[in-house]
Amino acid sequence: MAKPASIKPALSPAQLEDFYRQMVFMRVFEEKTNFTYRQGKSGGYLHVYIGMEPLAVSWLNAIKKGYDYVITAYRDHGHALVLGSDPVAVMAEIMGRSGGLSRGKGGSMHLYDIEKEFFGGWGIVGGHTALGMGLAFAAKYRNEDRVTLCYLGDGASNAGVFFESLNMCGLFDLPIIFIIENNEFAMGTRLEYHAADTELWKRGLPFDIKSERLDSMDAIKTFEDATRIVNWVRENKKPYLVEAMTYRYAGHGAADNDQSLYRTAEEVEKNKQRDPIANLKAYLLENNIMTMEKLEAIDVEAENEVERIYELADASPFPEPHEVYDNVYTDMNPEVGH
Amino acid sequence: MPATLTYREAIRQCLVEEMDRDDNVFLMGEDIGRYQGTFRVTQGLFDKYGPRRVIDTPIVEPAIVGLANGAAMAGLRPVIEMMTMSFSILALDQVINHAAKIHYMTNGQAKCPLVVRGPGGAANQLSAQHSHSVEGWYAHVPGLKVVAPATPEDAYGMLRTAIRDDNPVIFTENPGLYGIKGEIPDDNEFAVPFGKARIAREGSDLTLVGYSRMTHVCLKAAELLAEQGISAEVVDVRSLLPLDTETIFGSVAKTHRAVVVYEDWKSGGFGAEIAARIGENCFDDLDAPVGRVGGLNVPMPYARVLELECIPNEQDVLDAVKKLG
Repeated sequence: MAKPASIKPALSPAQLEDFYRQMVFMRVFEEKTNFTYRQGKSGGYLHVYIGMEPLAVSWLNAIKKGYDYVITAYRDHGHALVLGSDPVAVMAEIMGRSGGLSRGKGGSMHLYDIEKEFFGGWGIVGGHTALGMGLAFAAKYRNEDRVTLCYLGDGASNAGVFFESLNMCGLFDLPIIFIIENNEFAMGTRLEYHAADTELWKRGLPFDIKSERLDSMDAIKTFEDATRIVNWVRENKKPYLVEAMTYRYAGHGAADNDQSLYRTAEEVEKNKQRDPIANLKAYLLENNIMTMEKLEAIDVEAENEVERIYELADASPFPEPHEVYDNVYTDMNPEVGH
Repeated sequence: MPATLTYREAIRQCLVEEMDRDDNVFLMGEDIGRYQGTFRVTQGLFDKYGPRRVIDTPIVEPAIVGLANGAAMAGLRPVIEMMTMSFSILALDQVINHAAKIHYMTNGQAKCPLVVRGPGGAANQLSAQHSHSVEGWYAHVPGLKVVAPATPEDAYGMLRTAIRDDNPVIFTENPGLYGIKGEIPDDNEFAVPFGKARIAREGSDLTLVGYSRMTHVCLKAAELLAEQGISAEVVDVRSLLPLDTETIFGSVAKTHRAVVVYEDWKSGGFGAEIAARIGENCFDDLDAPVGRVGGLNVPMPYARVLELECIPNEQDVLDAVKKLG
């Protein structure tokens, strides 16, 4: 059950309400993206953040949005939403429409909003960790005090390029925070079947990188941890590694239609005791910060808002066929025709 | 005053001028700084610019290119040296599945102004794992630009174009060319555009198409053919992607015969693509099937005599010309 994150939460009642609103909105939004998949209105691979909401909401509210750099893998909808991307453009991208962030060129796995310093959205497990290092490198090269947040999954924590990047970040003192989202599964392979040492926080130690394991199902505590670590990295201009203990309630992706192959329904139910939204709700009630009426009103508001977003996205036209050649290069066309 | 420089010096000269012009340009690679570069291309640059802009890295090609991709997205202009292009195979994921797709997947929101340069092709008994010609693999990939200059002047002018280009560029330097000398213009804005082939020698009886070091093999073959009374035109492709088919097709329309020469493995190498384009577009102009001379389809052997068997030479070109009839 909910427990106070600290004696004096770093968040004001208004901020707590806002966190609750953002997490509920994210969950309803994600449920809707799964719905679009089931309806055949989106395709390919689609990975939702249900259960993992504090990793986006708490961390991304602890950085300077629109200044600090953010990069993640393919479970990326939530990051775009919190960083302030137009949710209609996010939904439209997932549905492959011209109103999407990339006019339907990226899709669910490849969301980018560069103006908001959100750098995607990547599908090769571990590959983007080196790009995150490059973002941090650029900040240091220009003597800026930007911090880079680079999210990766527990599966990606085994990738060679991630270890290479950790070494270089340690070597070059780059201001980056690697957040390993340990949701206990690399797709359908349980942690203990893919990692020789399941304490993933230790990944940073050989490279002289400050590293720790954090409970990330508690939005308030996660915000406090995030604030502390972001401040440390900004001040010390060095890398940091976090193993964020979390859990996903949905399948790996929308195409994951038999979760019994890797986990039991009981296990999922048990983990729902840790549900970050339910826990924050309980905390807000117990501490008389919000009433049930107010909380329920926010739930209803999220449902209505997501419905409106979905309708607008669904009304966005598909891209024109000739757009297929756009933006292969900045200054020329590729070879045309079959 | 135009200067006479080696190919290696011409590259270095351009790097210096572009670094002086734009602080966003930096160099990164294995042993390029304190050690002065395996082929000495970056000699003296670490002393001149210091560790902020001339960066020695661990031996980790994927992370080097990945770092460059991220830095490029954030507005810097990395120039990466691969100790040899053979090692860039480790970084294929970063080049092909990241760099080449950044502009497209973001629908133009982000750019990746990256240069990956280094020696590609056989040198002298470097054997199987250090002698690859990988330009054809890269030229297969939409989103990349791929160039292979044959002369100091082109190396000097094309590297400038590469560094100022907002797209990822693969810049391959045959190690056999580093020592050759040539004039470069006294102009620190001199740039050779991509997608423009060069007529390296004019002729009327047949067209030899090559790039990088094979351009020089074609030129030697053309001299020998001249002694037999055959006038060969030599087209130095220079830029594989974009490819100047207009110049190639124009030459074939004039000569009616073509032989494509490339050092890469013959089967599936980029010369096969050039030959296919000529076949597809110039059928009515051709008096003979398009000839091809490529590297032998074996891993590069160590013994010099075997290595020389593998690399196309002027005699191989003459034999291919003879086969055209």
